[in-house]
Amino acid sequence: MATPDRRQGGVWQWLDERIGLADLAKLARKKEVPVHRHSIWYYLGGMTLFLLMVQVTTGILLLLYYRPSAEEAYESVQFLMAEVQFGWLIRSIHSWAANLMIFTLFVHLFSVWLLKAYRPPRELTWLSGMGLLGLALGFGFTGYLLPWNELAYFATKVGTEITGAVPVVGSFLGRLLRGGDEVTGATLTRFYGIHVAILPALTVFLLGLHLFLVQRHGMSVPPNVEGHQAARRVMPFVPNFLLRDLVGWLSALAILAALAAYYPAELGQKADPFASAPVGIKPEWYFMFMFKTLKYLPASILGIEGEIVGVIGFGLGGLFLLLVPFLDRRTARGEPSHLFTMIGIMVIVYMIVLTYLGYTEVATQ
Amino acid sequence: MTEQVLARDASRRKFINWFLATSAGAFFLSVLYPIARYLIPPQAGESTAASVTLPIKLADVKPNSGQIFKFGNRPAILIRTPAGELRAFSAVCTHLNCTVQYRSDLTHIWCACHNGHFDLNGQNIAGPPPRPLDQYVVNVRGEQIVISKGA
Repeated sequence: MATPDRRQGGVWQWLDERIGLADLAKLARKKEVPVHRHSIWYYLGGMTLFLLMVQVTTGILLLLYYRPSAEEAYESVQFLMAEVQFGWLIRSIHSWAANLMIFTLFVHLFSVWLLKAYRPPRELTWLSGMGLLGLALGFGFTGYLLPWNELAYFATKVGTEITGAVPVVGSFLGRLLRGGDEVTGATLTRFYGIHVAILPALTVFLLGLHLFLVQRHGMSVPPNVEGHQAARRVMPFVPNFLLRDLVGWLSALAILAALAAYYPAELGQKADPFASAPVGIKPEWYFMFMFKTLKYLPASILGIEGEIVGVIGFGLGGLFLLLVPFLDRRTARGEPSHLFTMIGIMVIVYMIVLTYLGYTEVATQ
Repeated sequence: MTEQVLARDASRRKFINWFLATSAGAFFLSVLYPIARYLIPPQAGESTAASVTLPIKLADVKPNSGQIFKFGNRPAILIRTPAGELRAFSAVCTHLNCTVQYRSDLTHIWCACHNGHFDLNGQNIAGPPPRPLDQYVVNVRGEQIVISKGA
């Protein structure tokens, strides 16, 4: 009788001959994580990835009960919440993990920005990360509509109408997104397809590229640390960093479970296209700073409609964000770049202040 | 002699490359075209309703109140001013398409989405809406209220 060890060795050998496990093991042993005073930020990407895995798992589970039509969507979610065992838990975790994932994604983005981890040769890692941010926001926007409740209905009406403010191709884009001229059951079906098929497919591709690039270039050491540190300290990724990652992931899961239990996802009223927009209508928090900015813009700026100015402004802002690695020439040359640090901090402050104002305002003034 | 052969080969190679590239291009276009057309939703027939008789009795419409009704496939709002006059407007906010409501505490029309205000003539008076609401014609025939598009 073979001992367990020997049998494991045999399986290992069999697989190694076929898929080259030894090479992978060598790669895993070689991977190192720099240790310095900013190392904590290295955990954010992995945390976002973990929350994405939670999203995939709970999303697949939700698919088993959800029905994507205007007549049945609200009722199927109601059934899920009220009748299906642990239905409330799965949906609440999906909703909470979505929010936490966007949050960790933003923290990841800004930590990469402020630590200048986008400098050459990591520009493509930044670009693929930006693509993933766009996909995450797309997931949030399309997923928000799926329960077909009042808030989601009007948020989608406004959101798709903002698309309509894009110059030249706006009305075409709006129609394409809505599957018609109005937000209807056709929009719901379309958003469903985008949410469960198109975006996941794109995510697999972009995330694969992102992780490959992270793997290829290794973790970036911030320029200001690189210059001052005499001896470079590192820890092995396997198992030291991975085990620390796991601690974070387990904590995240515990937080998710607690949030889902104490603040389960709400459903609200079923969407009614012939009802007034409810008082206190709000978008998801990560769109709040844009929503609030649009609210502050006057009806007309220099003869152009306010929201068109807003949309163009956010478009340019997004483009700037995308191109940061190429615009920040000082960092690329290895010099300190205080300007881009300042811009990064200003963007963070702007987002936080506008989000705060959005949640504290009185419904009508 | 060899130079001539080389030159001829090069131009042949150029021709074949051009031929392959255009064929591949045409192939992808013929695949992408139906997909692109498929994604564009078909044009739905515009609602031709020029007038609608409301399922509400005149007596049930109190002064200083408003209610949403269906006009064709879009929402519209019927309001009765504090003075008792009936007026009807499109309920689609001219800002970002939300559905407006009548606020009896403000005695005018208000949109909850971005805090847009319209007066009793549908004029945009505050907030982001860029245009007034479209006004409809209200006719009262006995107890019935009939709304129609302006002449």
